[in-house]
Amino acid sequence: MKLSVSIQVNGRTYDREIEPRLLLVHFLRDSIALTGTKIGCDTSQCGACTVLLDDVAVKACTCLAAQADGCSVTTIEGLAPDGRLNALQEAFWTKHGLQCGFCTPGMIFAAQALLRVNGNPSPEQIRHALEGNLCRCTGYQNIVRSVQAAAAAGVR
Amino acid sequence: MMDNFSYSRPATLKEAANQLGKEHGKIAVIAGGTDLLGEMKDNLAAPERLVSIRHIADLQGVRASASGLRIGAATLLADIVENPMVQERTPLLAMAAGKVGTPQIRNMGTIGGNLCQRPRCWYYRNNFPCYKHGGNTCFSAAGENDFHAIFLGGPSYIVHPSDTAPALVALGATARISSGSRERTVPMDKFFVTPREDVRRENILLPNEVLTAIEVPTAPAGSKAVYVKEMVRETWDFALCSVAAMVTVKDGIVADARIVLGGVAPIPYRVAKAEAALMGKPLNEASAAAAGLAAVDGARPLAKNGYKVPLTQAVVKRALLSLA
Repeated sequence: MKLSVSIQVNGRTYDREIEPRLLLVHFLRDSIALTGTKIGCDTSQCGACTVLLDDVAVKACTCLAAQADGCSVTTIEGLAPDGRLNALQEAFWTKHGLQCGFCTPGMIFAAQALLRVNGNPSPEQIRHALEGNLCRCTGYQNIVRSVQAAAAAGVR
Repeated sequence: MMDNFSYSRPATLKEAANQLGKEHGKIAVIAGGTDLLGEMKDNLAAPERLVSIRHIADLQGVRASASGLRIGAATLLADIVENPMVQERTPLLAMAAGKVGTPQIRNMGTIGGNLCQRPRCWYYRNNFPCYKHGGNTCFSAAGENDFHAIFLGGPSYIVHPSDTAPALVALGATARISSGSRERTVPMDKFFVTPREDVRRENILLPNEVLTAIEVPTAPAGSKAVYVKEMVRETWDFALCSVAAMVTVKDGIVADARIVLGGVAPIPYRVAKAEAALMGKPLNEASAAAAGLAAVDGARPLAKNGYKVPLTQAVVKRALLSLA
């Protein structure tokens, strides 16, 4: 019961034979060895597995790889292809928006989705935009500051 | 880990419908999968085959129709929230869709899935052998029933978890359903079933049918609407109680009122008595309070959800006052 899928990840096309039950997050981490995307709760709650699917942020733990067939996926690795942090990642770095770092890839994608539609968000708007992402270190203050700093630096 | 299953991605609705079976549960339709995959991970559902409808063009998008809007069942909730036609013609639906889950869930979940999602009852979700799972009891009736029904309960006391359902009932929407060979349309308030009608299911879809679209009439000229959702936390939860209210005031008095509750009954629950309490009156503190009181007339709380009665009363009043 194998299924052929073709999924573009960070600009590169991966053709694989998969079991239909394979989750997108396992495809990313295990089939193509991109482990930047984390598995936290595996129940759509924590947002650590957030990636872009056809350019919108979704939770890769509650998406079959089969559902992503023919789609384009961006993972955290795709934001720094040459190993250099992008401006949003840089803001998280300078404002200490991460402690253990486990939630960071998901936070980055949720923040990026906000900044695309709102270049000057209030702290409250940032908190709402990040409502699907949990930080197990509870470092939310600095995450909000990081997103504010990214906005001030012109990240869109 | 989920049990394995086969997966198909038919190109057309007809092809998809032809792959469905005669029995609930064995073959499941998947669109976003935000509810279904959670159920499969927890072994609440174990279909042998998933038929994906996510990519079928006929089921996608918002189109203007003669009377309002036709919204394909596989349209993403996020696309409904942001759609200018929805915002202009049926703002109540945009508000309600915006209250579903989180941005990531609205980017994956569809309106059809939001209407067809299964209950959040913790006994059901923890696989207790309750009515919903084919058993012969509802564990919440004499158990931990903090979040259960205060209206239309029994024999199961689940509440309907959808945010878009109360809005669509208030808007007088219609569900379009297809089995491939046969199409039918059903008013949204007849789409959902109480546990007395069918204790295993929450809607009328037959195993070989697909919800294909929602027809939403344009909100009446001069109407104002609001969706208010009360949760345990400020965001990202299912409703303890929600209110979809749409009111038309003409010459200073209420000429039309639709008030539909979520989170308090096994179906989206239209409160005709609350609507009647408003009709012919100015929309003010007194009429809103009367409607709030009328909304909870006949409520039958269980041992631990009595708080939902004053909560519902207050939320109805507050929702109406926000429209005054």
